[in-house]
Amino acid sequence: MMSAPFVSLAGSVQGVMLRVLVALVPAIAVHVWLYGPGVLIQLAVASAVALATEALMLKLRGSPVAPFLSDLSALVTAWLLALSLPSLAPWWLVAVGTAFAIAVAKHLYGGLGNNLFNPAMVGYCVLIISFPAHMTRWPAPVALPGPDLGWIEAAAFIFFGDLPAGAALDALTAATPLDVVKTQLAANRTLTEILGQPVGHAVPDGSVWLALAYAAGGLFLLQQRVITWHVPVAYLAALAVVAGLFHAADADRYAGPLFHLTYGASVIGAFFILTDPVSGPTTPIGKLLFAASAAALTYLIRVFGGYPDGVAFAVLIMNMAVPLIDAYTQLPVYGKKPPGSGGAP
Amino acid sequence: MRRLHRFHGGLKLEDHKAISTARPIEPLPLPSELVVPLAQHIGAAAKPLVSPGERVLKGQLIGLPEGYVSCGVHAPTSGRVLAVEPRRVPHPSGLSDLCVVIEPDGQERWVEREPIDYLNADPSEVRNRIRQAGLAGLGGAVFPSFIKLNPGANTVRTLVVNGAECEPYITCDDMLMRARAPDIVAGIEIARHLLGAIEVLIGIEDNKPEAIAAMRTAVQAGGHAFEIVPVPSIYPAGGEKQLLYTLTGLEVPSGKRPHDIGLACFNVGSLYALARAVLHGEPLISRITTITGNVDEPRNVEALIGTPVANLVAAGRPRPDTDAYVMGGPMMGFVLPGPDVPVVKATNCVIARSPALFPPLPAPMPCIRCGRCAEVCPARLAPMDLYAFAKSQNFGKAQEYSLFDCIECGCCSAVCPSHIPLVDYYRYAKSEIWARERERKAADLARRRHEFRLARLAREQQERARRLAEKTGGTSQASPDREAILAAIEQAKSRKARPAAETVEQGEVR
Ligand code: SF4
Ligand code: SF4
Repeated sequence: MMSAPFVSLAGSVQGVMLRVLVALVPAIAVHVWLYGPGVLIQLAVASAVALATEALMLKLRGSPVAPFLSDLSALVTAWLLALSLPSLAPWWLVAVGTAFAIAVAKHLYGGLGNNLFNPAMVGYCVLIISFPAHMTRWPAPVALPGPDLGWIEAAAFIFFGDLPAGAALDALTAATPLDVVKTQLAANRTLTEILGQPVGHAVPDGSVWLALAYAAGGLFLLQQRVITWHVPVAYLAALAVVAGLFHAADADRYAGPLFHLTYGASVIGAFFILTDPVSGPTTPIGKLLFAASAAALTYLIRVFGGYPDGVAFAVLIMNMAVPLIDAYTQLPVYGKKPPGSGGAP
Repeated sequence: MRRLHRFHGGLKLEDHKAISTARPIEPLPLPSELVVPLAQHIGAAAKPLVSPGERVLKGQLIGLPEGYVSCGVHAPTSGRVLAVEPRRVPHPSGLSDLCVVIEPDGQERWVEREPIDYLNADPSEVRNRIRQAGLAGLGGAVFPSFIKLNPGANTVRTLVVNGAECEPYITCDDMLMRARAPDIVAGIEIARHLLGAIEVLIGIEDNKPEAIAAMRTAVQAGGHAFEIVPVPSIYPAGGEKQLLYTLTGLEVPSGKRPHDIGLACFNVGSLYALARAVLHGEPLISRITTITGNVDEPRNVEALIGTPVANLVAAGRPRPDTDAYVMGGPMMGFVLPGPDVPVVKATNCVIARSPALFPPLPAPMPCIRCGRCAEVCPARLAPMDLYAFAKSQNFGKAQEYSLFDCIECGCCSAVCPSHIPLVDYYRYAKSEIWARERERKAADLARRRHEFRLARLAREQQERARRLAEKTGGTSQASPDREAILAAIEQAKSRKARPAAETVEQGEVR
């Protein structure tokens, strides 16, 4: 080093990304327990496609391949996307989504650090708009009766669409709780009825465990200072408040805060997706604003929109507002506090 | 117990200080040649008063302060002037500057030393003597002390003494406080008197318990009401603005000086020098310097200003793999252009550098906007944005985002996981902006000169016409119509000056 500072306390981009990957491990384990080994196959496909696309794009853009490929940022995108997809989705679905996320959402914007939108969520939205049917085909969680797919069967289904002998697709998959509530409400049933039904897929299932696993990973990221508390706290709190307000107004039509916090992508969103540094705001107040607004949007899209979950769209919409949020939430520079706000007397 | 205020950001750093505090301060042997730069302080260089061949005495004024922001330069020992010529000086650019080169005669014969009777003399006279004595801030900023000792129209209520010394490795202030606390305390009293301050707060980082104890004893022995305040060791606790905030909760408004909010801040080394100058009539010709890093015997020495760094570091016995010398600390220091440059008033520390000590960083990666830099920035800036603006040469935007409030503390660079040399970009942006400012000023000046010349030509032409008319016509009608002349001048001005003005404007928006 030729100029100060001569010391570095920083890890590396690679270190940051590695911690994110590690933080996802508990949730992956719960995924496997709930939905079978399919999720590991999805992760493998997504990782391979992500690295290949990244390498190809780096080459095309004339950037050095090795240092950027080893920064692990492509893997983070791949894993977040793969975990958002149904674990029995066909292989090409995850491949298309990942390739799009890396090639378009990341590299066409200038690569690492320059993307305006969260690449994983771009991939997710492209898929849910293009292939809505495939995107809602979640395997039935273990808690429900149904055939369990082992490695081989899962792979056969993901890659070739082969079902095990005697199994029906309907028995393998189940709508997610958010889905069930939405369709049943549309059929004019009350929440008490829907949630009280033991056969309904919305009965408390492994989702709680999944949410806890993501939260555990998130706490690890907090402890490692990869993320700050602002986004997760503001997001989860705002989601709870909005859900609470609607619930208080009409408990039969609107599920309570706990429901909205545990189901869908709320917790992974709070800790892993909205905290994406590149496409999020950098100021503390900006982070609070960004996350709280995203929470409100998540709720509105979930409850009133046409899609099963609202996290991905909420994130992308808020990504658009980031430059504005950043510009208007800068900290007062030392010695430039507005008069009368506790600076010089 | 005083309530301390926690400044934004900052870093906990390994201090590496214990290695250089094991031995007492020792004087350095006389080198065979002393190279004394005439510009050692912020402001204008001093004017040389001696010429080659001349004999000088220790403490003799060899550089006369020129302009307001300037102070004197003195012969560090008695001897003969070998040359007054440009030599390489301690500056990251490796630039040369006018220096007085002195060959010591080894006799250390002093000029007559005249203590200053500061209690009975006129304060402005005292300040003038301090200016002549060459006193400048020894904390690293080398701002002439006499200016800081002049409250002007302001009332300075609180004098803050900076003994924080927060940069890793540097221990010269720590050792000075341990060994010479009574002198420092005497200096504090002189400064307090000149400023008319009511309150004195001495901020010392809590990782220097010996210094705190020594200063406490000295304050008590002197019977003063100065308050010693241990401050948390969080880099940059010793930055002037950070220390003032920590102790008083006040922020120096951007672009203003501490005086404007009733504060003054002096480094302990400067106050020690003040006491020597006032009470003993000794100008600033030596300073305590830390030699540390990749050396076998890290220590503090009292070095004459002008001592070549090679002689200085020899006292610490640098190891063979030393590849460069850093002046200042690892956070804000810079690599010296070579070991031939002299110790100056600003030389608080020289660190022998080796690849093992400061390992090279991996190549920079793109900014991932992780915000770590903003979290640690004591000026509460948005370093990643400043970086983006500087990189894209968007200097106007960088200024809008308060580039000039950056104190170059290096915290942001140190925590950046992408290893971006952020501070380098800020230095670059600042120097570009200055350069453009200078260009603009020069263009302005050229334009004004040009206009003046045109006006003069027009006037001369008119006068010639008038004289011609007088000669030929000889009538009373000859007296020229002033209005007409002025109109002609104006016309000429606007016609000729417009293109120039346009170029200047373009220069600005660019
Ligand atoms: S620390 Fe480095 S990577 Fe992070 S925001 Fe600042 S400049 Fe960008
Ligand atoms: S160097 Fe400047 S921008 Fe960086 S942390 Fe220090 S004050 Fe902030």
